Amino acid sequence: MTEAFADTAPVRAAEPATVGASPWALARRRLLRNRVAMVMAGVLALIVAACLCAPLYAAHVAHTEPFRSHLDATTLVNGKRVPVMEQSSTGLGLGVTPIGPTWDPRHYFLGADDQGRDVAARLLYGGRNSLLIGAASALITCFFATSIGIVAGFFGGFVDGILSRALDVVWAFPVYLLAISLSTVLIAKGFAVGPFRLESGSLFLPIAIIGLVYIPYVARPIRGEVLSLRQREFVEAAIGLGASTWRLLWSDVLRNVITTAIVFFPLMLAIDMLTEAALSFLSIGVQEPNASWGTIILDGQGLLYTRPAVALAPGIAIAVTVLALNVLGDGVRDALDPRAKLRRTD
Amino acid sequence: MLRFLGRRLVSMVFVLFSISVLSFLIFFATPGVDPAARIAGKNADQATLRAVRKDFGLDKPLPVRYAVMMEKLFITRDLTSYVNRGAKVIPQVTQAAPVTLSLVLGAAVIWVILSIAMGLLAAVFRGKPIDTAVMIVGLIGISMPVFWLGEVVNLLTQSRFHNTAVFSWVPPLGYTPFTQSPFGWFKSLFFPWLTLSILYIGIYARVLRSALVEAQEEDYVRTARAKGLTERRVMMRHALRTSLIAFVSLFGLDFGALVGGGALLTEVVFGLHGVGKLTFDSLQNLDLPVILATVIYAAFFVVAANAVVDLLYAWLDPRVRRA
Repeated sequence: MTEAFADTAPVRAAEPATVGASPWALARRRLLRNRVAMVMAGVLALIVAACLCAPLYAAHVAHTEPFRSHLDATTLVNGKRVPVMEQSSTGLGLGVTPIGPTWDPRHYFLGADDQGRDVAARLLYGGRNSLLIGAASALITCFFATSIGIVAGFFGGFVDGILSRALDVVWAFPVYLLAISLSTVLIAKGFAVGPFRLESGSLFLPIAIIGLVYIPYVARPIRGEVLSLRQREFVEAAIGLGASTWRLLWSDVLRNVITTAIVFFPLMLAIDMLTEAALSFLSIGVQEPNASWGTIILDGQGLLYTRPAVALAPGIAIAVTVLALNVLGDGVRDALDPRAKLRRTD
Repeated sequence: MLRFLGRRLVSMVFVLFSISVLSFLIFFATPGVDPAARIAGKNADQATLRAVRKDFGLDKPLPVRYAVMMEKLFITRDLTSYVNRGAKVIPQVTQAAPVTLSLVLGAAVIWVILSIAMGLLAAVFRGKPIDTAVMIVGLIGISMPVFWLGEVVNLLTQSRFHNTAVFSWVPPLGYTPFTQSPFGWFKSLFFPWLTLSILYIGIYARVLRSALVEAQEEDYVRTARAKGLTERRVMMRHALRTSLIAFVSLFGLDFGALVGGGALLTEVVFGLHGVGKLTFDSLQNLDLPVILATVIYAAFFVVAANAVVDLLYAWLDPRVRRA
């Protein structure tokens, strides 16, 4: 909120030391100094890079097609050729158990799932979907929440009444139940309204649903902030100078609340990834044969006691990613908002 | 206070009404989806479809359909599931509710006690290694998907270490009613309680810590110190008391959401047939009447908890009443 003064600070050109850094530069410097947050940013970058390399890993290292079943395939373990689906040696010997982790990146590093598919390759591909859904839905949430918050807070009155009531209603709905209800109805058949068409199985369905259900959590604090900005002197001054509504919204309101939206982004990304995992685990998120970390945990559920690696690996991936996002998010908040107006529980 | 109460009640009724309309619209008016085919279940024949259309008044205008649905839910209470032919919906919900209540109550006791302890510890030793350690443990708890944690717990207690002395007492997955065997009830719910509470311990410990840290800067804490009270008394009687306000309001909301079916993932993983599991099962075979009933039941708990929290707030802080 010091933008208004930042431009007027360097009056005496002879003393470059007094040149005020922009709030963004200050925030960036504070964030870069936060060592824990930087380490977590590194971890996150590694995870994203690894997931982006999924096609390379599948095609050139593991030589596998992770979206088709390979029930009759064989692989090399310690130089010996063994079937991927091992015949069960206990009981009647009827069932088959997929191969466990070989810890050899070229041959079923983390073992196979019940379709004989390479879990390591699916984990990387699944990470792409989990990260994509998380990021896209967090963007949707922050974009619409900022728009709604600004419009409701700035115009007030009737507009605010309608928007706030609508937010209250969505907020009163338990998030998971709302997401689940929407997913159940939409996932089987897709959604078509006028020119908009979402095919079932499209990644945009979970993205839209997750993005939508969290809007009130971000919109409410932003609306509150706009309400108090509306009373500030610099806004009154701008009104007094005859600034147009667009100009007020753009340079006085948006520029001051955008930090809030940025602070919320990594935290929403973390929450969205957990939600995506939950929906996919309940088989109403990402659809087969596509993978996400949530669907791989679901695949691993039936194999939990025989081949725990299938379910353990994606869970660890989610936990590490979300932890990194939470720490980084706290760092961003401390950097942009040192007095910590915003609490993650608002 | 009375006026505040009245206003709060009106708004509660309004929100409940809106939620029932919203969930009705999701299930019965989504464009491009035929609700009759949904209610009748997969591969239903034409006769069933016709029966469903007549039964739910699907040939009538939307407001009439809404009224028919609400009448079946609340007044005649004979909403029937077509997927599980003839199964009444309301008794299913009332049978599942005690399971969910047991799960959420036990978990709530654990998370309230542990998070207050952790939050106090972190605030008292602010900036020391204990503070960092407690906050990191809390953060890890927040970052794990609860259903995955439940699977890991199952892997350890049901399979890998089940034959060791530590976990041999753990019963197979499932629920034992309290009335049948209190000790069996406790045993069957112990690990689900722990699993469910881990997420909330992390969140609540962090909330309490930051509230306590903020309270240290307040005038009333300085006054208490200036009066010569011991540090312990300042913390427990003055700082903690006001810091618990945020804690209590958060608790109300989370408790409501969990009782309303938010514990779905924990219930699914541990095979507990609570409200969340009921919702999940009805989702699996698209049993719309049951889903609609559980969603509205859930919304009721959340809205009721919201209202109770607001009233508590108003009682604690007179400024809220005038707002």
